[in-house]
Amino acid sequence: MTFSEQPAIANTPSDTDTVPGVATPLTQAVTAAVDRTTQAPYLRIENVRKTFGKFVALKDIYLDVYPGEFVCLLGPSGCGKTTLLRIISGLEQQTQGRVLQGGKDVSHLPPSMRDFGIVFQSYALFPNLSATQNVAYGLQNQKVPKAQIETRVSELLDMVGLGGMGHKYPAQLSGGQQQRVALARALALSPGLLLLDEPLSALDAQVRIRLRAEITDLQRRLGITTVMVTHDQAEALAMADRIVVMDKGYIAQVGTPHSVYQHPTSPFVANFIGVMNFLDGVVEADDTVRCGNILLTAPNNTVPPGQAVVIALRPEDMRVIDTPSATPVPNQVKAEVLGREFLGAGYRLDLTLEGNARQPIALEISANRARAMGVDSLAGLTIQLPPDMIRVFPKENP
Amino acid sequence: MTTTSPRPLAPSGTPSGLPSRTKAIDTEAWIMRILLTLGALWLLVGVVLPLIPMIGRSFHDTSGQWVGLGNYVQYLTTPSLVQSFLNSFGVAIATTLLSVGLGFVYAYGLTRTAMPGKLLFRTLGLLPLYIPPLANAIGLIFLFGNQGLVTKGLFGLLPGIDINLYGFNGIVLGEFLYCFPQAVIIMITALNLTDARLYEAATVLGASPVKTFFTVTLPSVKYGLISAIFVCFILAFTDFGVPKVVGGNFNVLATDIYKQVIGQQNFAMGATISVFLLIPSVLAFVIDRLVQRRQTALVSAKSVPLQSKPNPLLDWAMVIFCGLVTLFAVTVFATIILASVVKVWPYDFSLSLKNYNFGTVGGGGYGAYWNSIRMALYTAIFGTAIVFTGAYLVEKGRGLQWLRSVSYFLSTIPLALPGLVLGLAYVFFFNNPIWRIPFTGMAIYNPFHGLYGTMAILVLANIIHFYTVCFLTATTALKQIDPEFEAVSAAMAVPFYKTFWRVTMPLSLPAILEIGIYFFVNAMVTISAIIFLYPANLPLAAVAIINMDDAGDTASAAAMSTLIVLTSLGVRLAYSTLTRGLRQRSAAWLNR
Repeated sequence: MTFSEQPAIANTPSDTDTVPGVATPLTQAVTAAVDRTTQAPYLRIENVRKTFGKFVALKDIYLDVYPGEFVCLLGPSGCGKTTLLRIISGLEQQTQGRVLQGGKDVSHLPPSMRDFGIVFQSYALFPNLSATQNVAYGLQNQKVPKAQIETRVSELLDMVGLGGMGHKYPAQLSGGQQQRVALARALALSPGLLLLDEPLSALDAQVRIRLRAEITDLQRRLGITTVMVTHDQAEALAMADRIVVMDKGYIAQVGTPHSVYQHPTSPFVANFIGVMNFLDGVVEADDTVRCGNILLTAPNNTVPPGQAVVIALRPEDMRVIDTPSATPVPNQVKAEVLGREFLGAGYRLDLTLEGNARQPIALEISANRARAMGVDSLAGLTIQLPPDMIRVFPKENP
Repeated sequence: MTTTSPRPLAPSGTPSGLPSRTKAIDTEAWIMRILLTLGALWLLVGVVLPLIPMIGRSFHDTSGQWVGLGNYVQYLTTPSLVQSFLNSFGVAIATTLLSVGLGFVYAYGLTRTAMPGKLLFRTLGLLPLYIPPLANAIGLIFLFGNQGLVTKGLFGLLPGIDINLYGFNGIVLGEFLYCFPQAVIIMITALNLTDARLYEAATVLGASPVKTFFTVTLPSVKYGLISAIFVCFILAFTDFGVPKVVGGNFNVLATDIYKQVIGQQNFAMGATISVFLLIPSVLAFVIDRLVQRRQTALVSAKSVPLQSKPNPLLDWAMVIFCGLVTLFAVTVFATIILASVVKVWPYDFSLSLKNYNFGTVGGGGYGAYWNSIRMALYTAIFGTAIVFTGAYLVEKGRGLQWLRSVSYFLSTIPLALPGLVLGLAYVFFFNNPIWRIPFTGMAIYNPFHGLYGTMAILVLANIIHFYTVCFLTATTALKQIDPEFEAVSAAMAVPFYKTFWRVTMPLSLPAILEIGIYFFVNAMVTISAIIFLYPANLPLAAVAIINMDDAGDTASAAAMSTLIVLTSLGVRLAYSTLTRGLRQRSAAWLNR
């Protein structure tokens, strides 16, 4: 009997987005990525509600997580994502609803009787124990023979890239190394579920980017079902199979990184993930929206004519037209440059559109392109707002 | 695009080669509940229940008849007793002003100036902590008493100065030596918690040093100052040792209780006066708690420590000031030792150890000394274990939130209980073989009666007497430990008590040892809590000092005081050495 890693999944999850960008009704069980829907969910959150006194932290949450899936709970602080993670682990008791893991109702089990490994932002490594002792901590309590523990611990430390560092104490390790030890410790008992509570937030930017790739890689190799909490949308986009965007205690949208980025179902999600331009407008016809004096073609529109809307368009999705031809492309607009900001790899231009001067809009172009255009002395330019990139949301009544 | 076949899920909790971690019932939660309940019961029996018969007793006369407020009326209409109450107040207020005033300046010098010799002044300033207050009083007698060195003008070399030691002056001086180090400790802590950026901002805004002192320094130490005032007030108001030795005919509440109980066997009046002693202490305690609750953290994790800049005038003024205060404390201390090793103070200064031969005087001699050491050791060992476990359950426990809040509250009460009151309450509670339950006519056997007159009750009284400070020390240490440790352990199915043993305790070791020392030193020097409780066959060193002094064997009392002081200092020194070793060994995980 060996402690070999759990069988790796043959293929990594599909990165082609097949989930349609339609709005999933809020607070409803949601469709998972196609390649997993054939399986029973490993973790099911059913109608979970959590209140602290009068404050409602979570409102009737439904969520299915499929075996081997990496799900990110993403949202601004106070949105309830950490509370949801703590309810999944049993560290917090839900006010109402059920949590099912592996088909078993664990709603009322204390954490010690559930099956998960957890990594905290603070690492929570025992400072008086060496890396080896930290990783072996749970194994020792399971009365595993000593030799087995030793093999398992060194396997785990190798796995997280810390082979030979086992004798060091947490204070002698860097932040990234400490978080690797915490990860090895969480995986030591081969839990069915890995919970990550902002595991990268305390680390330096460069370490964070390296470690997030390593965690994703490890998770794919082990095929362990994982739920991670983060407030960093870039992290969620890079790591998750599916992202659960949360806001004020409810689930705003669930979907693959690609779908929540490209097809946000609400202005909140659109604004929270990536950068987004918003323009107020009114629907003129089924596929036409008026913003100020500009008429824009918006084939994605589903809002009936006459209603006030907000259109959303990402800065990098706008196109610069160098030589306007006589027959204008759809949604071609002249713009005046208000300001420019050098971003390193590119430029951001703050523009106002001719015919809609009151609402500024941002455009991002590569540094190469910007130089070619002579960006420093640029006063005006012609751009296109590509029709299929425009999202239209009904304007929320204030 | 291939689709994965459903990956076989490992059965929950049983990965290959590892035993299952499912358990039939949640034993851990039950252990936690039982321990929390036991902890609350312990505080109930140690703190709350004993107060009931004592307060009840104050409504009965000496023969046990209900007299309602009769005792109180009698007390308030007896001029000499009312005078004691006023005397206690006067002494407490004078001591507080003196101790906090000088203590603040002293601590300011140590923390906010670049004066030389800080370590020396810090050590010497805190020296009186290891001296029983009544030993200080005995030192004062040798200096300022009728045959005192100062009174007699240093063998007639100088004009003698008589400060009228016996009475108000002597008590205030003695209490000052007792309260001063406490005030200094609190003020050092308060003054250390500051943010240099506040001072930089004040300087940049053009504030003068005086203005900065009143707008930045004072507001930031406000809560420490208030705490120091209340602590000194309670200590001076309730202390028994000093007034007993240098009070003369100047009566205070504490000596009144002693006279009523020991002298006249009037327990009812003893209980009544105890209530008078208790009320101001409880009030001071409650006010302090309410004030401290309003405190918000002025110092964040990002604070920049303040570096004092040299200022020759201020620095040397501070050296002179601290030097004078220290000179006084050290002189008293040296006098105690010197008086114990000379033949006849102040006439024959030839060295002799005859005062250390306690055979010819009362008090119990070396037997009492060893008893005290045993008592202090037991207090330190059991007290530390109980306090730390109690604090852990309150701070890190899960569930039973209301019981943990109650336990926290009960753990802070002993601070408001004067030692004499606690001791007398224990007499009433433990000495009674049968408890009559008030208003019901029912009675039950007292299951704790067997403790009375044993070492156990002395240890118990000491643990409770010094409980709060230790409890708060433990709580502070525990708060600094990552709260996620318990969560991580639970995720690995490791029960909380294993993590307590393997992680929480080792991390808190410095605090645990600090608590042990505090218990030991205080148990060595305390009198008030045990003077009514110690049985005849268990004489104690601190009590022996009183008895020797009462019998006129002041030199022997000085010798016994010296023994106690040296023991306490020895333990403290051993502790420093030990912790230095520990620090070196744990350096691997303390420092990078």
